[in-house]
Amino acid sequence: MKASDRFAFPSGFLVAVPTALLAASLLLNIGCKREKTLKKTIIQNSGSDTMVNVAQAWAEEYAKVAPDVSVEVSGGGSGTGIAALINGTVDIANCSRRVEPKETEAAKKNSGKEPYEFMVGFDALAIYVHKNNPIEQITLEQLADIYGENGNVTKWSQIGVQMPAGADEIIRISRQSNSGTYFYFREAVLGKGRDLKLGSRDMNGSKDVVELISKTPGAMGYSGMGYAISEVKKLKVAKKKGDPAYEANVENTLNHTYPIARPLFMYTLGTPAGVVKTYMDWVHSEAGQKIIATSGYVPLPKP
Amino acid sequence: MQHRRRTEVITEVAIEWLIRLCGISAIVFVFGIFYFVFREGSSYFFHGFNIKEFLTSIEWFPSSESHVRYGALALIAGTASVTLLAMLIAVPFGIGAAIFISEFCNQKMKEFLKITIELLAAIPSVVWGFIGLTVMNPLIIKLTGAPIGLNVLNGGIILALMSVPIIVSIGEDALKAVPDSYREAGLALGVTRWQLIYRVLLPAAKNGLLAAVLLGVGRAVGETMAVLMATGHAVKIPTSALDSVRTLTATIAAELGEAPVNSEHYQVLFIIGILLFLLTMTVNLAADLIVRGIRSR
Repeated sequence: MKASDRFAFPSGFLVAVPTALLAASLLLNIGCKREKTLKKTIIQNSGSDTMVNVAQAWAEEYAKVAPDVSVEVSGGGSGTGIAALINGTVDIANCSRRVEPKETEAAKKNSGKEPYEFMVGFDALAIYVHKNNPIEQITLEQLADIYGENGNVTKWSQIGVQMPAGADEIIRISRQSNSGTYFYFREAVLGKGRDLKLGSRDMNGSKDVVELISKTPGAMGYSGMGYAISEVKKLKVAKKKGDPAYEANVENTLNHTYPIARPLFMYTLGTPAGVVKTYMDWVHSEAGQKIIATSGYVPLPKP
Repeated sequence: MQHRRRTEVITEVAIEWLIRLCGISAIVFVFGIFYFVFREGSSYFFHGFNIKEFLTSIEWFPSSESHVRYGALALIAGTASVTLLAMLIAVPFGIGAAIFISEFCNQKMKEFLKITIELLAAIPSVVWGFIGLTVMNPLIIKLTGAPIGLNVLNGGIILALMSVPIIVSIGEDALKAVPDSYREAGLALGVTRWQLIYRVLLPAAKNGLLAAVLLGVGRAVGETMAVLMATGHAVKIPTSALDSVRTLTATIAAELGEAPVNSEHYQVLFIIGILLFLLTMTVNLAADLIVRGIRSR
């Protein structure tokens, strides 16, 4: 009697599990079939991590404009995106630098086509300080002395800024050492090969940098110019001592006077056609350029 | 008893095995995790990894263009300093709370305190980090005059609050395990409450209390999100509690997402994982052996 009692649960259980599995697989099947009936055209888009947010925003907005096209966005870095384009695994590569000659060669060799370039906008890195900091402008040389390895500036007084007692130390805010923003800042300020000084507070996002500066009177940091909030101040930046300093804004980015700004590109293999061309046209349209502005970047100049 | 049907016998055996498997699954998982973490880091660990630089250099330049260096000493010092400060705060408070709950409370108060302390343990670590970033940061700047509030002090306080619940609940168990006859004997000799605690209960429960502290240490060493947000994340050997540091766990969390899979950097992050794994395993094992010490007596 006891034995049958003990088996009451398991035998029910043994029936229930396969039934549930069967039901689940049926449901999944129906789900798949429904997907297939829509027949979406898929555009593969990957590359620059700096651009992944705006690329994602474009893809989401475009899904509303053209429901039959699905743009699949992934990051991985500019080089990864171009490599994937050369290998034919993506339709569009996002790139926060120009394509290199050897990459063009590789593309020609592989497919007979050259990467076709679209400039889609600009990315300007603003130098932020706390709003109560009296400093107004800074040079790239001073930035290199503050941020670069073996640079000897650690105090505000060394660059002639009078801070209240106890806040003389420059609190360097940086990014984690493999973000695209970090790489670009390092290259633009220190040139190739030189490293950033250790001991900076390395934040994990563009927004975190600005938020920390807003709460830290002695802090300085870099982040996209679109991330400005009212508790922080953007510094004007000059190339070197004696040169005029320029504010980080759309105008100065477009006329190339602001020194820490770079164009953002998208590449296709050969001149695009069909849905890819329609998508690229939409990216350059007013609607597409509005999204690049709201994502914190600089849109292209109006024709 | 009735004769069992064949299927019933088979089901019983199957169920037995299933339960046995559940029982040993923890072991399988622990070894599985260790194996996979080690496998990810192993090819670089055996080919080209400079263990001396890793353990003795403070130069952490994983993405340098000219000279890549993986010196983790500053990260180890960061973890050690935050954990030490956390324990300096958490141990007196935790043991004190355990003594209060076990010896001084009435039943109602005891239940209330235990539930509240368990609630403290249930707060997600990212919420703690949030508190460190938005509440403690300006507070520390205001109170200490430090240029930035994301530092060892901030991380230490947050971690202390996170490990107190563990220390309290295990410490209280240890004190509860002291037989009442000890207390009665002490009281019969006319000792005060303080003398009873200090001379009788603490020595009798010392192994359990030590285990409580060690588990608290394990919690502090392994914590990631809260320290990532509260310590400032700066590669630097701290010289005071007001310096920013970066811990081993926070480094993995911050950098693994963007390190290309199977690159050197990726593998070094896994080697840090192995180091952390060995560290927490040693601490937990020590705690376990100590607890076993009490039981066998």
